[in-house]
Amino acid sequence: MVTLKINGKSHTVDATPEMPLLWVLRDLLGMNGTKFGCGVALCGACTVHLDGIPRRACVMPVSAAVGHAITTIEAIGATPAGKKVQQAWLDLEVVQCGYCQSGQIMAAAALLAKIPAPTDTDIDQAMSGNICRCGTYPRIREAIKHAAQKTSTAKRGA
Amino acid sequence: MARVSRREILTAGAAAGGGLLLGWHQDAGPRVLAAAAKATQPVFAPNAFIRIGTDGRVTLIMCQVEMGQGTYTSMPMLLAEELEIGLDQVRLEHAPPDDKLYANPLFGDQETGGSTSVKMFYEPLRRAGATARTMLVAAAAATWKVDPASCRAQKGVVTHSPTGRALPYGALAEKAARLPVPAQVALKDPKDFKLIGTSAKRLDTPAKVNGTAQYGIDVRLPGMKIATVAASPVVGGKVASLDDSKAKAIKGVRQIVRLDDVVAVVADHMWAAKQGLAALDIRWDDGPNATVSIADVVQGLAAATLTPGVVARKEGDAAAAIASAPVKMEAIYQVPFLAHAAMEPINCTVHVQPDRCEVWTGSQVLTRAQATAAKVTGLPLEKVIVHNHYLGGGFGRRLEHDYVTQAVRIAKQVEGPVKVIWTREEDVRHDVYRPYYYDRVSAGVDARGQPTAWMHRLAGPAILARYLPAAFRDGIDPDGLDGAVHLLYDIPAIQVEFVRREEPVLNTGFWRGVGVTHNTFVIESFIDELAAAAQQDPVAYRRALLGKSPRARAVLDLATQAAGWGQPLPAGRGRGVSLLYSGWGSYLAQVAEVEVSKSGEVRVHRIVCAVDCGTVVNPDTVKAQVEGGIVFGISGALWGEVTLEKGRVQQSNFNNVRVLRINETPAIEVHLVRNLEAPGGMGEPSTAVTAPALANAVFAATGKRIRTLPLERNLRLA
Repeated sequence: MVTLKINGKSHTVDATPEMPLLWVLRDLLGMNGTKFGCGVALCGACTVHLDGIPRRACVMPVSAAVGHAITTIEAIGATPAGKKVQQAWLDLEVVQCGYCQSGQIMAAAALLAKIPAPTDTDIDQAMSGNICRCGTYPRIREAIKHAAQKTSTAKRGA
Repeated sequence: MARVSRREILTAGAAAGGGLLLGWHQDAGPRVLAAAAKATQPVFAPNAFIRIGTDGRVTLIMCQVEMGQGTYTSMPMLLAEELEIGLDQVRLEHAPPDDKLYANPLFGDQETGGSTSVKMFYEPLRRAGATARTMLVAAAAATWKVDPASCRAQKGVVTHSPTGRALPYGALAEKAARLPVPAQVALKDPKDFKLIGTSAKRLDTPAKVNGTAQYGIDVRLPGMKIATVAASPVVGGKVASLDDSKAKAIKGVRQIVRLDDVVAVVADHMWAAKQGLAALDIRWDDGPNATVSIADVVQGLAAATLTPGVVARKEGDAAAAIASAPVKMEAIYQVPFLAHAAMEPINCTVHVQPDRCEVWTGSQVLTRAQATAAKVTGLPLEKVIVHNHYLGGGFGRRLEHDYVTQAVRIAKQVEGPVKVIWTREEDVRHDVYRPYYYDRVSAGVDARGQPTAWMHRLAGPAILARYLPAAFRDGIDPDGLDGAVHLLYDIPAIQVEFVRREEPVLNTGFWRGVGVTHNTFVIESFIDELAAAAQQDPVAYRRALLGKSPRARAVLDLATQAAGWGQPLPAGRGRGVSLLYSGWGSYLAQVAEVEVSKSGEVRVHRIVCAVDCGTVVNPDTVKAQVEGGIVFGISGALWGEVTLEKGRVQQSNFNNVRVLRINETPAIEVHLVRNLEAPGGMGEPSTAVTAPALANAVFAATGKRIRTLPLERNLRLA
């Protein structure tokens, strides 16, 4: 049995230590927002946060997640950066098929939490591991900047 | 669920509603589905697309599936425009499979593909909305005993203008349901449109940013098992022997299903299934394709183009004109097999029971999915229930139902529901690929460099002969020839020929743009060659040949002006132009700006695309399709190829199926021409127009003409 802290709640699951976190989330806990895309950390669809750091759940043994705060797409809206990112995604109509967007949003939220006003290079570095076959990249870039502007405006206002 | 019978839905009357509610209702899930299925309430259902309850709830039935292209917003816009209701007042429901109610008029069955949703449903859905509105107004007028012409409908309420009396649609539903369905209704004048032509917010976005959107892969059912599969790595191969003892010993593995061409590991979860699959010792009998390599395919196609094909377009005597022309140009173009690699790996969930079969998946062809499940189980069609979901990308892959067939075959051996998920490797290696096409093109050129004759002979499979036999007539595959027969350039003699050459070594089908992807590459590269040989500017050269095509000329002007055509560029960079017109009915012109490194890497800096697709329903969605199609097109043009060795696909995952990433994505500018021409298709064209723009830009930058895709690998060989 493995106990995990996911989105602020404790979950105990019957998983072997090497079972990837992705399948624990999806198949044992029914948290389907985190997606399976490649299984080998090449596409980023399964991105979750471990203590705020973006990680690929498809190659992360569940044992490595024990004792850390796991955040998934289902709860990222409760973080300030995640909320802004989701709103920016809505404002700029980023989404097409949407399948990769959980991972994109998780990666973008981690970026903005770390760097409130990212440059294009920062965006490239943070987001280049996340594939989108619908080709929403131009809007992802704009939405991150849009969300960042809101962040800096809010800060100026404070 | 309580199914609405055909008769009830076709005639006005009370009917039972139910099904998966979705869209921005974030609580929509299996539980909501169950609750909704039980709830029956009288509804006004004047046609198969609209149901209005006495509570005023308006449900729109989505016959075209949502795979990112925005149909779940554009189809409601068409209905709501004429129904006189706000998009914020509607709920969406996936349509069940039913060709009689929901056939795409172009194909004759319920299909979402070929960039046809807006094009084919623009009028039928407006008519459906107008019919319902007319009946609701008539019901209100009858209630008040006034002339319907003195009443107007707006935002779901009918108002009698002279007296100000008003009734909401819900209050009118029962009365409207008893009225005869009018045979003729007036559609709005486009100048009165409130929704069509505006950038409406997508109805599917909220659920897609918070993780609640339900794709096929997200299905969860009580007692459900998860399976993953290994199908024969060679088309036509069979399982020769299987040792599953190690797999069975893995915790969570429940069952191994061995069929003649596939082995499935059924488990409690995907991790156990994947481990089980890795532990299987399968020996394959590779069958007749055991030794085939990509070179064999190319050789066969090359030979095929040496024989005359079926003539698909003929004006004048092109052969004679070329023979007598002062200058003769000739070239061979090739495009490779391509995989789709949609982000959601192929999956399908099936529960086979003695008296019924249920299927949960994301499909572009629901009735084909239903039919194959019926065939495999031996059940009558009406005992097969197909639940559709959002598609995590389609791109033509989910126009095939091979994965449904396979999942049902596996599920027949399994007690309870089973979700079959392909690994990414399985998805890449068992795709239904964009065909390899081989094209031979020639032209006669006069002393001024102007083309006097054009001959285009292409060899490839006839996908429609398999997929839609009724559309394959006189040996002509309209899909493979799409774009080639639409050549817009004003050339006195034109001949386009098709040599059918099936390559049964790989399954081939539709890939975002299919025939047009290769024909546009050939036409727009070769016309560029003619311009270069004539030492003329590629844009001016094209422009002079477009005297009979003002819309094409207009987009060419728009794109080239916006791109700053002719302005100097830094060393190592080049601009390329391309133009597209095809059966989609849309006109596109594109300018690509690329930089080629010394080692032959192509960096795309900027793409400018001008589009005239006639009437636009949702401009922002059109723009998004253009942007996304360009990104898809760049991946395909620069790197995309599926190759074979010993009958086996050599690619497997995103390490060797290279696709564009955000750091490689150029600045993309889209310019829309607005007019009231008939709507053209917009899901695919921008993909097809991209490869030639890039190839022409590479030529401008390097002087190297790349006639075989993918560009980067062939540029290094050049």
